[in-house]
Amino acid sequence: MAAPAARKRVGPWGEAWRRFRKHRLAVVSAVVLAVLILGVLVGPLFWTLPIDEIDFSARLAGPSWAHPLGNDDLGQDLLARIMYGGRISLAVGFAAMAVAVTVGVAVGAIAGMAGGKLDAVLMWVTDLFLSLPQLPLLLLIIYLFRDSLKEVVGPEVGVFILIVTIIGLFNWMQVARLVRAQFFSLREKEFVEAARALGASRWRLVTRHILPNALGPVIVAATIDIAAAIIAESTLSFLGLGFPPDIPTWGRLLFDAKDNLDFAPHWAIFPGLAIFLTVVSINFLGDGLRDALDPRRVI
Amino acid sequence: MSAATMAAAAPPPAAAAGPRLLEIAGLKVHFRTDDGWVRAVDGVDIGVDRGETLCVVGESGCGKTVTAMTILKLIAMPPGKIVAGSILWQGRDLVPLGPDQMRAIRAKEIGFVFQEPMTSLNPVYTVGEQIAEAVRQHEGLSRRAARDRAAEMLRLVNIPNPQRRVDDYPHQFSGGMRQRVMIAMALSCNPKLLIADEPTTALDVTIQAQILDLMQEMKERLGMAVLLITHAMGVVAETAQRVVVMYAGQVVEEAPVEALFGRPMHPYTQGLIRSIPRLDLAATEHRRLEAIPGTVPSLLNPPAGCRFAARCRHAIPACSAAPPPLREVTPGHLAACIRAEEIS
Repeated sequence: MAAPAARKRVGPWGEAWRRFRKHRLAVVSAVVLAVLILGVLVGPLFWTLPIDEIDFSARLAGPSWAHPLGNDDLGQDLLARIMYGGRISLAVGFAAMAVAVTVGVAVGAIAGMAGGKLDAVLMWVTDLFLSLPQLPLLLLIIYLFRDSLKEVVGPEVGVFILIVTIIGLFNWMQVARLVRAQFFSLREKEFVEAARALGASRWRLVTRHILPNALGPVIVAATIDIAAAIIAESTLSFLGLGFPPDIPTWGRLLFDAKDNLDFAPHWAIFPGLAIFLTVVSINFLGDGLRDALDPRRVI
Repeated sequence: MSAATMAAAAPPPAAAAGPRLLEIAGLKVHFRTDDGWVRAVDGVDIGVDRGETLCVVGESGCGKTVTAMTILKLIAMPPGKIVAGSILWQGRDLVPLGPDQMRAIRAKEIGFVFQEPMTSLNPVYTVGEQIAEAVRQHEGLSRRAARDRAAEMLRLVNIPNPQRRVDDYPHQFSGGMRQRVMIAMALSCNPKLLIADEPTTALDVTIQAQILDLMQEMKERLGMAVLLITHAMGVVAETAQRVVVMYAGQVVEEAPVEALFGRPMHPYTQGLIRSIPRLDLAATEHRRLEAIPGTVPSLLNPPAGCRFAARCRHAIPACSAAPPPLREVTPGHLAACIRAEEIS
């Protein structure tokens, strides 16, 4: 084919990648996030100091070559603790986001397709969840269920499941409303009608024609959910109701650091920086993804 | 109307053998609103034979689109409801069929082209994927075979460079090109009937002619029948073999195209033809374009007699007494007017 190759032809994913690269802030964020994720995943393989080695001679010591991020009040190495805790904080963020998006998309899609009474009931439930005071309820639920779940699946896994489920179940409402609104407008679109005229089933209409068109805002909402979940976990840990004290999640590190802010600011700054960088870069990443995945937008 | 009378008027080759391709009889489709039931389609009989082009013409709100959408059950039910009548597709009634059975008929047996090409394609898939979708569903082709079929369909509807264009997204096509893609989608499973609901209304005049030519070409090549919904008498004259004129949810006249333009029998049809803008007359006589006075009656509570009586220059008291039946005035030419003979 002797077509004047104005631009190289690429598949849809290549096209998305091309668009994504033009969003400079998103690319930088992706790199930062990748470094953070890679750091907490493979970092401990290279930085082999144990997270719980107590060394009173290095108590509250600032950054040094032996301990780049300093030590806490027991002389434990903060870099090792941040990397270990990051695994859990990030895992909580992604898992809680998955729970929130799954529930939100399901509720929103059902409400948006069904309309009528079912829609009214589902939106009533959504509003109910939105109007609940989240933090007190989170604390109450964790307080009530932590011990019983601990006995069944062990302290770490039990608290992880509990926290992920609860944070997820308190963050699906925005996604549900978003998806419902998108469905209401999309299901009246001519291309949905046209697909129906071509013999597409209801399921196919939803999964292939309506949902992909609703995905842009959902991706952005999902990234915000990750950030919100990380912050929620940090908040819980900071309040002492998250993971057990021997698991140094980022929030837990802040909690432990708060009494020594005057003498050892580094103890709070580094975990705080980790939370901040993660949340900010995830949000920018969401922006970039939305632009990249929308073929209507010309970049 | 029987198949025999049709055969007399314009003998289609297959009319004598078996049931007609499509036979709508006494169809009534009503919509529930807060004010009551709107009788959008109120007793419509339309028949389509194999290989012919039938135009359904009428002004906005006369029920032509609802009739077309009802054939494939594309209207929303509720609020819509098929109150009475039958839609015989090759002798089989579509009215009682469930959603799954209807899906097997859509695209595979009856293709549908919508009015609005700019928004009838899904923006997140390539046109190739969208054409292939119907083929894969109905014929179970593999992804690769379906893509080849899609490219072949694009070539069929005269899109240059189909192998390349098949991977383009809808926003990379112009309006006329998109309507070609829509036609390609509707034809991808070789339907026996193509229903086109005002396929050219949203397009430029030059593109309109191209699309009409394309549909004509496709019809001849694939040997299918076309049911063309339009409000443009020019489109009717250009494409139709037979014409059905609808007014206020009912058929008021049905005739072969020459007979309809040569000797229109219903006053509404006469008004429609008089209101076609004519450059030759306008230039010489400084005439104003003729319009039909008045407005369409409310379909919530239509008048008891002839629904056109209030706007009709030939109306007599008897017109408002009882609804005029659709009757065969001359062979093959039906009109729902009690004075059809005197006024035509």
